[in-house]
Amino acid sequence: MWKWDVVWQVMPDILNGLVVTLEAVAGGMVLALLLGLLWAVMRRSKSHYISWPAWGVVEFVRSTPLLVQLFFVYYVMIDIVGRGFSPLMTGILVLGVHYSCYTAEVYRAGLDGIARGQWNAAKALNLTPYQTYRYVILPQAIPPILPNLGNYLIAMLKEAPLLSTITVLEILNEAKIFGNEHYRYLEPLTIVGVLFILLSLLAGLSVEWLRKRTAAMTS
Amino acid sequence: MSNLPPPLDLLPFLLEGLWITVIITLGGCAVAIGMSVLFGVWSKSTDPILRWLSAIYITVFRGASALILLYWFYFAMPELTNIRLDAITTGILVLGANVGAYGAEVVRASLEAIPKGQYQAAAALNLSRWQTMRYVIFPQAILSMIPPFGNLMIELLKGTALVSTITVADLTLQGKFLRDDTHRSFEIFGLLLVIYFLLSMTITGVFRLLEHRHSQGRDYGGGN
Repeated sequence: MWKWDVVWQVMPDILNGLVVTLEAVAGGMVLALLLGLLWAVMRRSKSHYISWPAWGVVEFVRSTPLLVQLFFVYYVMIDIVGRGFSPLMTGILVLGVHYSCYTAEVYRAGLDGIARGQWNAAKALNLTPYQTYRYVILPQAIPPILPNLGNYLIAMLKEAPLLSTITVLEILNEAKIFGNEHYRYLEPLTIVGVLFILLSLLAGLSVEWLRKRTAAMTS
Repeated sequence: MSNLPPPLDLLPFLLEGLWITVIITLGGCAVAIGMSVLFGVWSKSTDPILRWLSAIYITVFRGASALILLYWFYFAMPELTNIRLDAITTGILVLGANVGAYGAEVVRASLEAIPKGQYQAAAALNLSRWQTMRYVIFPQAILSMIPPFGNLMIELLKGTALVSTITVADLTLQGKFLRDDTHRSFEIFGLLLVIYFLLSMTITGVFRLLEHRHSQGRDYGGGN
């Protein structure tokens, strides 16, 4: 049955783990936002040597499990390269690359929504491709897709507990370690579950708020 | 092992886990579709209790993250209730319920997209609530559900890799065993990624076919 003293005992560990989870998500998020934009812009290139690899990476990564991708990078680094990144860095890298393939599709939808005239006008003004994206296209394409980007960041938050499988001391791993030591899983795992539900509710509300704001801004 | 050239010599051992991955995907798929339809329809019910149940289910099974749910039902639930399910059953039920929570939203959105006039026409014909759903609303809503369900089934397939963490010897755990024995990480996990990719492509193909079948003879005139 439920024991409150176990709750107070495990709470500090879980909060430490939560901080690590949030660090991983924050790092992965920055990587996913930048790399996703790169894939999306590459896919619009006229050269097949640029657009096809981007397409291939996005399709392949989205169709395979994050867990196996984590194992791939983590164990290849250990077995072939020797010791490489720390587990947390590996986790951030894999989360970031994995979700960049989802954000790429979101950016793509945003870029497709820009009227042809905008590209033509930029060309008429003799802007370079960089200037076209930086000053004409992205300022129009990004605000309306912010809520969709936000949804993938919530999805990333929900998959971050997978980092426990490559020994990152994040929230789920802390709960598991406590469980193994005290033969008691009920309280640690329930707290982690409830915390996660609260976090994703909170994140969902923020995205909803963002959606209303951007809708007001763009209309 | 076998006398195939590397890395294919690793395949026979890896494929021993394929069967379990397929079983969990198919079982989870059945659970997910059942849960999606049940809670999706309940979320549009006139009964506030059913609507609340559906909201709670969706919040809990979407919000708590698949791996945490899997651990909770496998390690924590027996301490609370003395019910211990075996790992494969836990995997099928939990992953199915997790994906089903996303599916319930798909069903709800598809039901909301059906014009009100269809419900009124059914009422005018004196159809019961069950008949309205069964003969009027669902056949129309199903077409817009197929593509998002295809994506969810790919999410489910990818999610099955998680059962390796509760000791189910699926494709991923076989790979992990083999890696611990041989340390040929690049080949083993590379092969696993390719196998999962092919499985995903199969699901995409099946759902394309379903979509094609269900759109036969339909009029996409737009309008109402």
